[in-house]
Amino acid sequence: MPDISPAPPVQDPFPPDRFAGPVVQADQLDVRYGKNVALNNVTAVFPTGAVGLLGPNGAGKSTLLKSLLGFLVPVKGSMKVLGLDVASSALEIRERIGYMPESDAHIPGMNAVTFVAYCGQLSGLPAVDAMQRAHEVLYYVGLGEARYRNIETYSTGMKQRIKLAQAIVHDPDLLFLDEPTNGMDPKGREEMLELIHDLAHNKNVNLILSSHLLPDVEYTCDHVVVMDKGTVSTCGPIAALKGSHGTVYELRVKGEQDRFIEVLRAAGYEVADTDEDVMRVFVPGGSHHGPKELFALASRQQIQVRHLRLSMPTLEDVFAKAVGEA
Amino acid sequence: MPIHDQGYRRYLGTRSAIGGSWQVMTRAGVMALISKRQFIGLMLFAWAPFVVRAVQIYVSATFTQASFLAPKGETFREFLDQQGAFVFFVTIWVGAGLIANDRRANALQLYLSKPMTSAEYIAGKLTILLVFLVGVTFLPAMMLLLTQAMFAGSLTFIANNLYLLPAITLFSIAQVLLAATTMLALSSLSKSSRFVAVMYTGLFFFTTALFNALRGITGRSSFAWLSPSASLEQLGDVIFRLEPRYQLSPAIAGLAVVVMIAGSIWILTRKVRGVEIVT
Repeated sequence: MPDISPAPPVQDPFPPDRFAGPVVQADQLDVRYGKNVALNNVTAVFPTGAVGLLGPNGAGKSTLLKSLLGFLVPVKGSMKVLGLDVASSALEIRERIGYMPESDAHIPGMNAVTFVAYCGQLSGLPAVDAMQRAHEVLYYVGLGEARYRNIETYSTGMKQRIKLAQAIVHDPDLLFLDEPTNGMDPKGREEMLELIHDLAHNKNVNLILSSHLLPDVEYTCDHVVVMDKGTVSTCGPIAALKGSHGTVYELRVKGEQDRFIEVLRAAGYEVADTDEDVMRVFVPGGSHHGPKELFALASRQQIQVRHLRLSMPTLEDVFAKAVGEA
Repeated sequence: MPIHDQGYRRYLGTRSAIGGSWQVMTRAGVMALISKRQFIGLMLFAWAPFVVRAVQIYVSATFTQASFLAPKGETFREFLDQQGAFVFFVTIWVGAGLIANDRRANALQLYLSKPMTSAEYIAGKLTILLVFLVGVTFLPAMMLLLTQAMFAGSLTFIANNLYLLPAITLFSIAQVLLAATTMLALSSLSKSSRFVAVMYTGLFFFTTALFNALRGITGRSSFAWLSPSASLEQLGDVIFRLEPRYQLSPAIAGLAVVVMIAGSIWILTRKVRGVEIVT
């Protein structure tokens, strides 16, 4: 008699419930390199989804990621990744995360598919599964045609892609991406950002993207943690941070721009210089009288306003305010 | 649909337990080496003394006129001494780049971002070297013992020299551990495998030259502890129940070997890290 038992239910290839709670929690974290303080009392919560870790060079972004990986032992504080304590469960954490380092990194003497499969095996995948997934992820990152080439012959952009491939081959719950677009040409950068966006928003991979490039974070992430000088300057959903910032006006005046900036700052406005003599003036809150107030100030100082336009607040504004560049 | 939309899916298969990554490393390392013809050539050449000794045993067992060629306990000691040259070359070939190449390619951070401790990384790399060193020391020496029994048609020789089994094992362990840990420690100190090879050669010859110079000046061989290879020779003589060749306490010779191995492991634990801190 033929077997007429019902077929097993088809599993959703991208079930959304990878991890429900905050993917990373850092509590009063202090990390030092000898006498140099790299992280100073860092407390931050990284929610699920795509989170940008923003900051200028030397802000402590990479140090934070390396601490979360267990490479650096903090002198104070605690960290949890995927609900597990970094100090006591580093291996269990590393089994569930993928790390794409900032610097050029590969295992010498291997072609791409061998390298990625090897990384899969090191992460616990059986050899056959690791090889199958290596082929798949290499196609995914756009290296399908070059997968039998030795990695040492790869261009910088290809090396960035292979680093992403080795980080996702074992299907991690959380990805750490450290400056993933470094050294890439504009087209390659765009493709890399597209991949990261796709991973985060279509494949439900939680990720933390460390970058000093604001557009990269703005395009790929929903939340942001801004770091400066080893501390967290601000954090939250990008949309909320931009919205709570008030109104931004682009302003150009005739002559004595520096003096007018000082006047604006004295009047309590935040001003950021941009190129081409245009300044961005932040008017806090939801006041609709911003233009009137700006014209009045200029009039009192006998300065001619040549250009005034309402502008959309950007992540750059959030960043500038957070790191005190305004 | 873009191709990348089709190329990534969740992995729902099994995962091996944490702690087995070093085996993956060892397997990959061994496979990479045995795929090189020149290296296979070296390994085969390293078995040439075994073939010569096997012929010697065969002749002595078959022809009574050649009974003076019959193996004695010290034959196996001499054999392992001769293999010392191959230990040197295999150590350089296999070991020089084991960690240095990973450091050059920034691979340490990749390895240690996987579910693997630095101890597992060291174990994985060390085992690659040990596999091949055992293949040119312990394995041919034991095969030689079996060959003797086979050609003699009895186990009398082995029964009369039963100490040879632990002696070969113990001396091989000391020989390969000393070479492997020293080389691996040197490999962790540089990003250039060539420089590591030069350092290892330098260490080997410099310490021996220093010992011989002091021996020439003082007329005493009690400075043998300065040379790891001389210390090992002294230790080997004791293990094989032979007259020690240097005026050095076997305990000090053993201590020198242990200190060298322990020092190498200490260097490895300091240098094998996911992040290099320069303060």
